Amino acid sequence: MAHDSAHASHEHEHPTWKTYKWVALWLTLITIVEVWAYYIPSFVASAAFVPSLLFMSAVKFVIVVMFYMHLKYDHKLFRALFTGPLIIAVATLLALMMLFRKFAD
Amino acid sequence: MRETDRSGRPIPTSVLSLGVPPLVTAHAHAAPAAHSGGHEEHHHYTTTGLDNRKIAIWAFIGSECMLFASLISTYLIYKGRSLVGPFPHTEWTNPQTGQVFKPILNIPVTSFSTFVLLMSSLAMVLALAAVQNKDNPLPANAGLGDRMLASSKLWLWATCILGAMFLACQAYEFTSFVHEGLTIKTNLFGSTFFTLTGFHGAHVTAGVIWLGTLLAIDYKRGLGPKDALNVDLAALYWHFVDVIWIAIFTLLYLIPD
Repeated sequence: MAHDSAHASHEHEHPTWKTYKWVALWLTLITIVEVWAYYIPSFVASAAFVPSLLFMSAVKFVIVVMFYMHLKYDHKLFRALFTGPLIIAVATLLALMMLFRKFAD
Repeated sequence: MRETDRSGRPIPTSVLSLGVPPLVTAHAHAAPAAHSGGHEEHHHYTTTGLDNRKIAIWAFIGSECMLFASLISTYLIYKGRSLVGPFPHTEWTNPQTGQVFKPILNIPVTSFSTFVLLMSSLAMVLALAAVQNKDNPLPANAGLGDRMLASSKLWLWATCILGAMFLACQAYEFTSFVHEGLTIKTNLFGSTFFTLTGFHGAHVTAGVIWLGTLLAIDYKRGLGPKDALNVDLAALYWHFVDVIWIAIFTLLYLIPD
């Protein structure tokens, strides 16, 4: 019963329309900044370009997962089921990149 | 004497012999309706108190992360290693024919389709919220905005249409690439690009079909709070497709060779 009530409470802790609206606004703004940065040749040529794009992409990724997928409000088991494979996936990606000497280019 | 779980149901001996908690064995629980109103509801709760379908969709999404990581890895490993053009971000002149190929990626179109997919995620969460709150009556002075927010059909339609728009943009992009001389067989970029974005497009297509079935159910008998989990599962899949595109958009389209 305790679990059932916990389950029910998890389902009702979702954000409101205002939160969703702000999330959509932030996602749009970050996308605009990303595309805008792409059209600045001096910034594209700089060393900060790729890290800043990766950072902005990661922020968008986290925002969608936390608010739209409700992982911020849901049970920790769901968080583990998602972040566990995600860590393995990213680690595999990085390992393959190193194996094929992509970071040496 | 047989051991029983919290609700008095006997625990299968196979589980006891393994000494593991029966995480998803109690799948046939017919729990009392959480959202009453005359509907007999069958929640598939596990001993964690969580529905096994939701556990399954998160496990599925986790496995999909690894699928897309392998496709993205392949793209990144071969990035910049194509011997012949067209190339994604740089111009290329065919040494045999002298034909000049411009950078093939169309960033404005893809930026638009990215925006469309992000907005479809917003529509999806609003569809889910509308289904969850269906039993809450609107106040007498509810305005047009409140009525719109309460309409699951509106937001499901919006999500489907935005998903279809994304697919239309992708179809336009693929067609223009083929006309400009880039196919899946042309070079390493073509092979990895079409494989990765094609897989993603197939996932979006599956999502649009899934949402279409929910829309059909909504028209047939109406979606209510008792269906919230079914809509939630579709929503989780749809948002996952969105987050994968967020990664693809940056890694493929915006970061040059």
